[in-house]
Amino acid sequence: MYDGWKIIPGLIIFLILLLFPLWNQAFHPGKAGITPNPELTETAKNAEKCIEPKPFMKTQHMKMLDEWRNEVVRDAERYYKSSEGKEYYKSLQITCLECHSNKSKFCDQCHNYMGVDPFCWDCHIEPKENE
Amino acid sequence: MSDVPKPEELAKVDHTSPLITGWMNSPVEIKKGVACYAGKPKNLEYVGLPNPREWSPLDEDWKLPDNWKEIILDGLRERLERFRSLKIFMDICVRCGACADKCHFFIGGGDPRNMPVLRAELLRSIYRREYTTAGKIMGKFAGARDLTVDVLKEWWYYFFQCTECRRCSVFCPYGIDTAEITIIGRELLNLVGLNIDWISAPVANCYRTGNHLGIQPHAYKDMLDFFVDDIEEITGVKMEPSFNRKGAEILFITPSGDVFADPGTYTCMGYIMLFHYLQKMGLDITWSTYASEGGNFGYFTSHEMAKRLNAKMYAEAKRLGVKWILGGECGHMWRVINQYMDTFNGPADFLEEPVSPITGTKFENAKGTKMVHIIEFTADLIKHNKLKLDPSRNDNLKVTFHDSCNPARGMGLLEEPRYVIKNVCNNFYEMPENTIRELTFCCGGGAGLNAGEDMELRMRGGLPRANAVKHVHEKYGVNMLACICAIDRAVFPDLMQYWIPEVGVIGVHEMIGNALILEGEKERTTDLRSEPLHGMEEVEEAEEVKKEEKVEENKDV
Amino acid sequence: MNFIIGILFSLVVVGIFVLIPWVGVWAFDLRYLFGIIVPYAAVATFIVGIIIRVLGWARSPSPFRIPTTAGQQKSLPWIKQNKIDNPSGTIGVIIRMALEILLFRSLFRNMSLEFRGGAKLAYEWEKWLWIAALAFHYSFLVVLLRHLRFFTEPIPAFVRWIEKLDGLFEIGIAPFAGFAAPGILISGFILIAALTYLFLRRLYISQTRYISLPADYFPLFLIIGIAATGILMRHMGVFMQFIFKVDWFSVQVVNVKELAMGLVTFNPKIPEGIGTIFFIHLFLVSTLIAYFPFSKLVHMAGIFLSPTRNLANNSRTVRHINPWDYPVHVHSYDEYEDEFREKMVEAGLPVEKMPESQTEDGSGTQEEAEKE
Repeated sequence: MYDGWKIIPGLIIFLILLLFPLWNQAFHPGKAGITPNPELTETAKNAEKCIEPKPFMKTQHMKMLDEWRNEVVRDAERYYKSSEGKEYYKSLQITCLECHSNKSKFCDQCHNYMGVDPFCWDCHIEPKENE
Repeated sequence: MSDVPKPEELAKVDHTSPLITGWMNSPVEIKKGVACYAGKPKNLEYVGLPNPREWSPLDEDWKLPDNWKEIILDGLRERLERFRSLKIFMDICVRCGACADKCHFFIGGGDPRNMPVLRAELLRSIYRREYTTAGKIMGKFAGARDLTVDVLKEWWYYFFQCTECRRCSVFCPYGIDTAEITIIGRELLNLVGLNIDWISAPVANCYRTGNHLGIQPHAYKDMLDFFVDDIEEITGVKMEPSFNRKGAEILFITPSGDVFADPGTYTCMGYIMLFHYLQKMGLDITWSTYASEGGNFGYFTSHEMAKRLNAKMYAEAKRLGVKWILGGECGHMWRVINQYMDTFNGPADFLEEPVSPITGTKFENAKGTKMVHIIEFTADLIKHNKLKLDPSRNDNLKVTFHDSCNPARGMGLLEEPRYVIKNVCNNFYEMPENTIRELTFCCGGGAGLNAGEDMELRMRGGLPRANAVKHVHEKYGVNMLACICAIDRAVFPDLMQYWIPEVGVIGVHEMIGNALILEGEKERTTDLRSEPLHGMEEVEEAEEVKKEEKVEENKDV
Repeated sequence: MNFIIGILFSLVVVGIFVLIPWVGVWAFDLRYLFGIIVPYAAVATFIVGIIIRVLGWARSPSPFRIPTTAGQQKSLPWIKQNKIDNPSGTIGVIIRMALEILLFRSLFRNMSLEFRGGAKLAYEWEKWLWIAALAFHYSFLVVLLRHLRFFTEPIPAFVRWIEKLDGLFEIGIAPFAGFAAPGILISGFILIAALTYLFLRRLYISQTRYISLPADYFPLFLIIGIAATGILMRHMGVFMQFIFKVDWFSVQVVNVKELAMGLVTFNPKIPEGIGTIFFIHLFLVSTLIAYFPFSKLVHMAGIFLSPTRNLANNSRTVRHINPWDYPVHVHSYDEYEDEFREKMVEAGLPVEKMPESQTEDGSGTQEEAEKE
């Protein structure tokens, strides 16, 4: 072994950087196991289902909202026909937030977990939640 | 030279690599004009190199020892353990190709195996086969191949088509140095007696007589005496260089090429004149016939041989009891001194930290090896105004400067020679910036390739350099290529003759010799080459006539 | 071996590496294997492999100081040294190495040779390789750091900042509806573009085509595969759902993070709702990680140990020791004088020992000379 006093520390520094996620979690005990748990409001529970099936909404809601925005703003197309054939008014505030009025306990749950910062609230007013 | 194609023919180079056939599948044809002669048995025997025998690279049978494969593979393993450079360079090349068009041999010849990356792959493919799991299992798909006699021949052919100039290593993002690969490749080849005559003969000569031309001590002194006569004729001043003198302050070692062959001889005259000039100012210097070679052809054979030959410098310095060593203008000599000498044969604790006896300057950058480059020494003299110079005596010359590969990329001696040149001549022009300093192009004959039989290779390898010289020749009328390397001075005359016959070759200390105003000198009418100085053509002619008349008269008598 | 075989071979291998998890998860439901065992094994292989490789290099010394000096040496005080390209001390070496590693300084020197008829050489501007290399390495780094959001809870601020910066380009006009949501992260696209350029360059330039091995194409294709599956998951889910009515590329990121956090805390579990595409992505990444130490990709570590870059050019000032140095045979002065003594004396050169038969008139010497 030659230049070990340079190479070994170099390797150790590299491994420390590489294994950042491992030791980082030690500073946040208990956090790793906490998974998001979006709460449904009473209205949402009563409605029983969203405008599309749950798995689709989970993965594609952001794309749907983005699309709605473009169609409403640019083409003045106001109505969305779901896969079940029902029509909905394309509006975050009127349609979505009608049920999901609890932003902090619904939207933010996953968004914070994934570090997502949606630009919905750049324009829309955040719903006032009842404590 | 007669076998070499005409320049117009040679210049038609195709750099496109074959499309379909991969390099591992295309056989190598060993060509005359490219391959050098094989080393002669007596030279190998003299220094104890393995497998001395008569053989020729153009023959089918290279007369290898029966266990050649074992020797090579053991040698490779041993070198992997000894050189981290080799291990790293075998492992990390990504074949980005940045080096490909940087090699003078590839530029001038177009042979894809002369791309530095492929030259290294010749060795790397065997390394993979023997030392990596992927190579053992997947063979060619992992870039591995078996070591065969043909591979060995390929190595020999291409490791003796590399001048170890290191230009590729400047461009490599990982600093992979083909010179290192070539050096180690040649070391391996030498284990089974594969070498070239133009290296093994100088090695044997250096070992025996101290210099690569095999000049014996008395002849060496004769040569210098002859220069002394010439100088006296030109300047009217008699000089007395001393040899093997104990108790001198400084030992001077220069490549023996400068003692023997033009135009290096004129550089040698420059040294003698400079030392004579400084003698009254306190310079106490001696030449040596034992350590009469600065260059180190051992370095083109193996690290061990380099060390064996280099040992003479310190041994002689110790024997003579000098304080430090001054080294002449040479290329690879200075790479060895700068990067190897102290490690090889140091510590030089019997010497003192070099101090210029004229200016008192301490050469702190040489306080370990105790060896100073004469260009550093002279630049310091000029800076301190210690030399009376008449640059107009070089007015016939329009000079450009060739950075020799090794002082440039193995040392960094870039400004010193330029400073000296600008002080001894009035017309200095740089070649294009992509071809000088650390990007300088090789002369095409370094690392032992300046033989006669590989002239085509040399003319091809020198093409990029010649091209740059041609550029300044056409643009500024440059007629002289200055250099600080004895191999340059041996190689360039042929190269210039071939590509740009109007340009000559000169050592920097020859220009100093021309410009130096000696005490008590007669009015000079010629330069050191006995050619009339600028504006002295008529005087010279008249003198010539006078001389001839005298001869006639004598005849009459 | 030529470039066609090389490319085909690499493509087939990458194809197989796509098929393995595809079949494994889709047909045999081997989620535990591809989601937990393979990633752990890959990371373990990487760490052990890199350590072995670097220690293997460290076992060999750098016996000689062989830096490539690419600038003026330290010499007389009035001559300006190039302290970075020809460093004489540690600080210079550190700066040189930093520039080399962070900015690919040597590659920046690249230029291309233009060979015109009649041996006219010219050197053209050629920084594309340097640009593509920088683009590739840095976008890959950004992608890597962005992925830390899957491996940390809470997510550190720097990770969120990187993602913010990466997402600065908000695309109004997208190729199809919903493409730009969630936001476009430019690094993934730069990564693919740079890789594509590096591949095409390898193919287009006759010299690189000639020297390229499967080991050069394979990592390119593998990383293209990784980037492509990543982009498919992020951007193409809705497209496939709307146009082809299939749900191949949708991935519930929350569940992916649960999986990742399970790995990080050594409490592995496989949550529901993760499509096969994710396992393909993960398997390709695992392949890359495990392949890394045994391939040319170790240049990442090797560059730090490259003796032509990481050594100072101070070997005339400081003595360095060659650890395996051994004594060699030299031709001593005494042997030399013994051979040439008479000639030396005759020529008036000083000798250590006068010859015994000094009285001889030199006829012997002549004989010797004739022999030569």
